[in-house]
Amino acid sequence: MSGIERIESRSVALPVANIDTDQIIPARYLTTTTRVGLGQHAFQDWRWRADGSPNPDFVLNRPEHAGAAILISGDNFGCGSSREHAPWALLDAGIRAVVSTAIADIFRNNALKNGLLAIVVSPAEHASLLEGAGESVSIDLRAQRIERAGHAPIGFAINAFARQCLLDGVDELGYLLARTDAIARYEGARA
Amino acid sequence: MTATTLFEKLWQAHLVEADGDGLPAVIYIDLHLVHEVTSPQAFSVLRERGLRVRQPHRTLATLDHSTPTTPPRADGSRDYLDAATEAQVNALIRNCADFGIRLHGYDSPDRGIVHVMAPELGATQPGMTIVCGDSHTSTHGAFGALAFGIGSTEVGHVLATQCLLQHKPKTMAVNVRGRLPAGVSAKDLTLHIAGQVGVSGGTGHVIEFRGDAIRALTMEERMTLCNMSIEMGARAGLIAPDGTTIEWLRGRREVPQGDAFDAAAKRWLAFRSDDGAAFDRSIDIDAVAVTPSVTWGTDPGKVVAIDAPLPAQNAANARAFDYMRLQPQRPIAGERVDVVFVGSCTNSRINDLRDAAAILRGRRVAEHVRMLVVPGSERIKREAEAEGLDRIIRAAGAEWREPGCSMCLGMNGDIAKPGELVVSTSNRNFEGRQGKGVRTVLASPATAAASAVAGVVADPRAYQAEVAA
Repeated sequence: MSGIERIESRSVALPVANIDTDQIIPARYLTTTTRVGLGQHAFQDWRWRADGSPNPDFVLNRPEHAGAAILISGDNFGCGSSREHAPWALLDAGIRAVVSTAIADIFRNNALKNGLLAIVVSPAEHASLLEGAGESVSIDLRAQRIERAGHAPIGFAINAFARQCLLDGVDELGYLLARTDAIARYEGARA
Repeated sequence: MTATTLFEKLWQAHLVEADGDGLPAVIYIDLHLVHEVTSPQAFSVLRERGLRVRQPHRTLATLDHSTPTTPPRADGSRDYLDAATEAQVNALIRNCADFGIRLHGYDSPDRGIVHVMAPELGATQPGMTIVCGDSHTSTHGAFGALAFGIGSTEVGHVLATQCLLQHKPKTMAVNVRGRLPAGVSAKDLTLHIAGQVGVSGGTGHVIEFRGDAIRALTMEERMTLCNMSIEMGARAGLIAPDGTTIEWLRGRREVPQGDAFDAAAKRWLAFRSDDGAAFDRSIDIDAVAVTPSVTWGTDPGKVVAIDAPLPAQNAANARAFDYMRLQPQRPIAGERVDVVFVGSCTNSRINDLRDAAAILRGRRVAEHVRMLVVPGSERIKREAEAEGLDRIIRAAGAEWREPGCSMCLGMNGDIAKPGELVVSTSNRNFEGRQGKGVRTVLASPATAAASAVAGVVADPRAYQAEVAA
């Protein structure tokens, strides 16, 4: 995973509340034993019609949103299952950040471990981002700011450790493995 | 000494390193449950990095999500949905063999849905930390264990280090006072609470369910309640262990035996919130007011009493009304049912099957309804068959299946057809959860069975009264 400093893209709005992980990727596509190639099934049942053709009404299928990497979603995005296939599918479909008024705990954890930014903003800031959907947006991870032309920057909170891992492009397993001595001491003290 | 919560005691007891300076805590995991769907990518990471499983004896695996619920053929082969599901099952069998992990596979008399099997074996114990690549790991909180779902990357972390990096969640007390009325089940209570808390009300929190109504629940009922904590946004739900917990665990295979059990029980009972312990949030529920409840929308927070009208339509619920094809301000009772599913880690235990069978006894599933009853484990299947529940269920015209997750998420091909209405004892009514375009109504086993017989969504109390008479 290479480090992430900044994500620049047009935004796209999907202002549906409680978008659950079954919408992000239905269970029938979880039969894989790898993490690649899931993007074609991102938002499967919204994005594709029964005959396999694209649903022209679904926002991500519209030509003007092609390549948009910043998703402004409704409240409580990613609720439901622990499937990490959800962020894998979104990333593979080109989404690199999700911005909402609330993001479910497990989804957020999974997203940040894979370089998908999961950002919570206030309802007023969210409304402004929705209103400007389609505009160019720049997310500065180091400064923790969402920047847009003609608007004041929106600051956001992000877990400091996750942020540093994202900036450095390192995963958390290395950090845990470096704690082997402390883990062994804990195990020894309990034995 | 400061009064502390059950959660705080569990957290402190498992701190390998405390958090601080922007760094997360390192939390030790006592029991890691593994199934075929969310683990293959984690084992791949171990192979890529040349790592082994740190504590194989703290790791327990089963096959449940992708497995067929039809019996094996005469030659022992199984009717998998497709080559991918079979390959996923075989990958876990191989990974467990390669990494020295105990697997309750097809040859085990204990195989079952991971959150049914681990408690049955006594592997789930009070005071533990328990994780699994499955959001319904919250089930094990019924025993006073801190139990939550994790993603596949974290499955790899636990396999390699037996630890997780965690940020401390907040605490939320759900106080349930009074007694549930007759004919009202733990599932009704669970749905009622989900309706009150909402699907994101518990986000960032660990819920502790407290109060005399909770103390009166059996362990199976407590598991049903904690199971759906995640549907309230909370990664974990907790119930403090008590005499009910201890007696349920006594004699199970993986708990200490004899005097050692009594010593363990004494230790376990200390895992309770002290009097006066402060919670970040608190809500009160009156058990007496709970009635048989079902969901009507496309998230588990859209709950209605079975004899009450649905809410008025508004901007926030219009999409759910549209998908569910239901009329605002009319009761859901009487809505035509196509399929009924009794099963899942929420409601596939012996008491659930008894509740369903009590209503099916001497009755027939409506001609147009297809009903599946899927026990949660091989052990429950044997127990139910010893009681004759399978004969009652079959005689009523329902299908009696092999254990597994089945129609809860339909990974194995147990799904309904587009547009069909399913009354389901599972935990999620999301769009397409039980098949593309399928409409799910979450309910108790009694409501599910009553609806199967009536052919429409039905209040179970009328049928229970007849049983009692």
